[in-house]
Amino acid sequence: MPLAESWQTAEIPGPKKASLIIKPDIADAIIRRAKRPIMVVGYGAVEYEVEGIKLIECLIELAKKGKIPVVVTASTAREFRNRGFSPAALMPAVDIGNRLTDSTWKGLDGKDTYDLAIFVGLPYYMEWTILSGLKHFASALKTMTLDCVYQPNASWSFPNSTIKDWAANLRDIVENLGD
Amino acid sequence: MYCLSGLGGIKLRRDGVNLKIKELKSDIAHFRDLSITIGAIARETWVEPMGPTPFPSLTTLRSWDRKLLERYKPFYLPFCDLCCLCTYGKCDLTGNKRGACGIGMAAQQSRTVLLAASIGASTHTAHARELVTHLIGKYGRDLPLNVGGLNVEVEAPHMRLVCGMKPEKLSDLEEALDYCEKQVTQLLAVTHTGQEGNNLDFESKVFHAGMIDHVGMEIADLAQISAFDFPKADPESSLIDLGLGSVNINKPVILVIGHNVPPAAEIIDYLREQDLTTEAEVTGICCTAMDMTRYSAKAKIVGPISWQLRYIRSGVPDVIVIDEQCIRADTLQEAMQIKAPVIATSEKNCCGLPDRTLDDPDDIVADLVSGKSSGALIFDPVKVGEVTVRTAIAIAPKRKKHKVLPSVDELIRIAKKCTLCTLCRRACPNDLPVSYAVKAAAQGNLNGLDELYDDCVGCGRCESACPQKIPVHSLIVTAAEKKTAEETFCIRSGRGAIQDIEIRKVGGPIVLGEIPGIVAFVGCANYPKGSREVAELCMEFAKRRYIVCTSGCAAMSAGMYRNDEGKTAYEMYSGSFEAGGIVNVGSCVSNAHISGAAIKIASIFAKKPLRGNYEEIADYVYNRVGAVGVAWGAMSQKAASIAAGFWRLGIPVVVGPHGTKYRRMLLGRSDKEQDWYVYDTRTGKKVYGGPVPEHLFFAAETKEEAMVMIAKLTMRPNDTSKGRAIKLTNYIDLHRRLIGGMPPDMHLLVRKMADIPLTMKEDIEKILQHMKWTEHEIPDPTLLSRMIHTPKEA
Ligand code: SF4
Ligand code: SF4
Ligand code: SF4
Repeated sequence: MPLAESWQTAEIPGPKKASLIIKPDIADAIIRRAKRPIMVVGYGAVEYEVEGIKLIECLIELAKKGKIPVVVTASTAREFRNRGFSPAALMPAVDIGNRLTDSTWKGLDGKDTYDLAIFVGLPYYMEWTILSGLKHFASALKTMTLDCVYQPNASWSFPNSTIKDWAANLRDIVENLGD
Repeated sequence: MYCLSGLGGIKLRRDGVNLKIKELKSDIAHFRDLSITIGAIARETWVEPMGPTPFPSLTTLRSWDRKLLERYKPFYLPFCDLCCLCTYGKCDLTGNKRGACGIGMAAQQSRTVLLAASIGASTHTAHARELVTHLIGKYGRDLPLNVGGLNVEVEAPHMRLVCGMKPEKLSDLEEALDYCEKQVTQLLAVTHTGQEGNNLDFESKVFHAGMIDHVGMEIADLAQISAFDFPKADPESSLIDLGLGSVNINKPVILVIGHNVPPAAEIIDYLREQDLTTEAEVTGICCTAMDMTRYSAKAKIVGPISWQLRYIRSGVPDVIVIDEQCIRADTLQEAMQIKAPVIATSEKNCCGLPDRTLDDPDDIVADLVSGKSSGALIFDPVKVGEVTVRTAIAIAPKRKKHKVLPSVDELIRIAKKCTLCTLCRRACPNDLPVSYAVKAAAQGNLNGLDELYDDCVGCGRCESACPQKIPVHSLIVTAAEKKTAEETFCIRSGRGAIQDIEIRKVGGPIVLGEIPGIVAFVGCANYPKGSREVAELCMEFAKRRYIVCTSGCAAMSAGMYRNDEGKTAYEMYSGSFEAGGIVNVGSCVSNAHISGAAIKIASIFAKKPLRGNYEEIADYVYNRVGAVGVAWGAMSQKAASIAAGFWRLGIPVVVGPHGTKYRRMLLGRSDKEQDWYVYDTRTGKKVYGGPVPEHLFFAAETKEEAMVMIAKLTMRPNDTSKGRAIKLTNYIDLHRRLIGGMPPDMHLLVRKMADIPLTMKEDIEKILQHMKWTEHEIPDPTLLSRMIHTPKEA
């Protein structure tokens, strides 16, 4: 499987494409470097399960360790709450995307703009278009995806990977963040 | 202006039928610059004075558009970083870069939206022109327009509102058509390199294209309802057979696909005239199917646009007749595979076929039946009727329903070629797990393929992508054989307009908010998770006593599901425009009746002047009529222009996740208090009206998110406390059930304590206290300062 090709073959954006997260360390470094990160979790995250572990559990751990506020879209909130984790906000994906293009928006807590938005679990093509909006209209924001497929419009994306490799990478990211 | 040949300087304008004679010499007199107005004035029977904006130009309503666009700022979602529209390009417009012509990304995206909306508006207008010209030829210029007899006095709300005209007979429609054609030409010109450069000006023109589109649709449906005697605003129009399983495959079967009904009507006429009605099945896909069943309730609808490949490949159709719009470009190739001839009938879609319009029907039928020709292009609908029926009857015994779907054994054998390369999945618009399903089928397990059937939009991209040339879509359809045979549903035939009396009955409760809203399910079938979601959405809102409207492919999808009692949505709910009704207005062009109903609420219920008075009516609809359009599977450019027509009237539109590919959303910011001020017409003061409706164009990620958003978007600043409480009850209830917990924006939607639904009082009060909420006034809202009452009026 080609590593850095759009997962949906025809969704080719143009010259500016995401850098690959080839090692979990890269993702850790990006998250650590961010002063104001935010994570947007779509409904797809609820459906992934690898070796008995749900992706959502991994994301909760990531959010806790990285102190990253989580915005959940669609009906994802319930799954978080069932695991005793309160998302920072419930908001449709296009709404949070739109707010992130506003350089005057001071974030969910009203304190400051975000400098890193981590996306995961939206339908591939919808995440693609929203990341495109951010690539073009949120110049101060970096974006990263945690999906197992390559998202060319992010600043950083995993390559197309098998679910197993990807889950191992995610686990490493979470573990390293705790260091 | 029309120059009458032979009359030198005499010019005749249709709007007002104005004769201008530059110079006329006769034996008795010599005139210069003589202007005589006849016709329109002479036949004028409409006493309503003309409003300020009849026949608006590209910029007449710009300030209204800007008011909406200030609240609902575009959130652009570029589908490509490049522009390749002229030979300067490709230009990379990433971020702040500009193209060689100077255009930036925001303007380029809005330019593309305008292109789409102009294509959509031109398509409906061209369709309307084709219908009107054909029907005038068949029934004469003076055929009276009749969409509902005495029950529908406001027969053409869009033409009255936009053009300031009240058409009475077929030929009156030409004047509105001239206007639409002129506007579409101008709109298209705006997208040329080096014209508009400001994104908001592009957006305003997108709205203009939408408004024109709704006039075009209204013309088309008025003409066909009147001439073909379609159901006339009848809430009890017939129930029609729907689904693959409803087709009698023991008969010769005719399939019509597209949107322009005259050829299909002639097929039905020929069958009637020759007493062959029971000898052949007439079936259809997409809007021609819908309109054909408005002409004859015996015709059958196979399904929406996404049923084209599966139905053709089943081998059931013996002849395929195509007209215009939303027809697969490979129909001829697919038809050749099953040895069924294609008859193309539209100048817009000739399929490379030879023009046989002037040939003897005997010769055409002989060539089609013998296989000498794979198809024919015939522009004369009457001849299409005869050739189609005769060909179907003659070819059926020869074809023996030749199909290209594999048997189950063949399926398994073919699936063994799969290398699990995943290219099919990566080509699939819905990212369906196709490759694993094919691989499993190779082991004899067809469950995976069978499951895909429900979510598959029938695009065939998986097949084009497969290096092993596996006909993946066909495998899916074979695996789902049992399901396709059980597709026996029903749909209420398109009723057309909404009666004035229905508007009078519901106008008050809607404007006060006591009927929580009008929700219209329209558009194409590019669904993220199959048709069933549309049926579920429709039934949910009908159950909650919203007024539900349907049209086009979405109307079919709404009927393609049976509840536990075996009933479809159309059997469970009434066809009246009332709380808890599911109203199928008809085909794509019938969408004009849905937006028209909102206009009629302003005009009939609120008695607002309608004639050429767009801004005031739109302001009324926006602030008071809780209508929402839902195009869950919107795919086409027409869907873009239909949506744009709703936007200009201030009616929000919700699309599915694929809708983000329309390149921009129009989203409000509920967190920006300053965005939500309106004038209170009673005091002239600017007051906070709350973030309602929150968005104008919104893509939902899932059906659940859509349901909750639809309920929220029906709120309007004018809602009474009782009405707002009803709307909040639905919103909160859906939010609790589908998203979980109380909605996060209660403090923004409750204006007064009396707005709080009684059963939820405690919970909501706690939230309001926490958010330090305070009461605020309910305004008599308007965005237009000129609507502020003078002291005398107040
Ligand atoms: S229209 Fe403008 S942006 Fe597009 S290719 Fe031509 S110069 Fe470049
Ligand atoms: S035909 Fe169905 S399975 Fe194949 S690509 Fe299209 S939607 Fe996906
Ligand atoms: S593209 Fe063809 S070979 Fe590849 S996984 Fe799909 S069906 Fe198998």
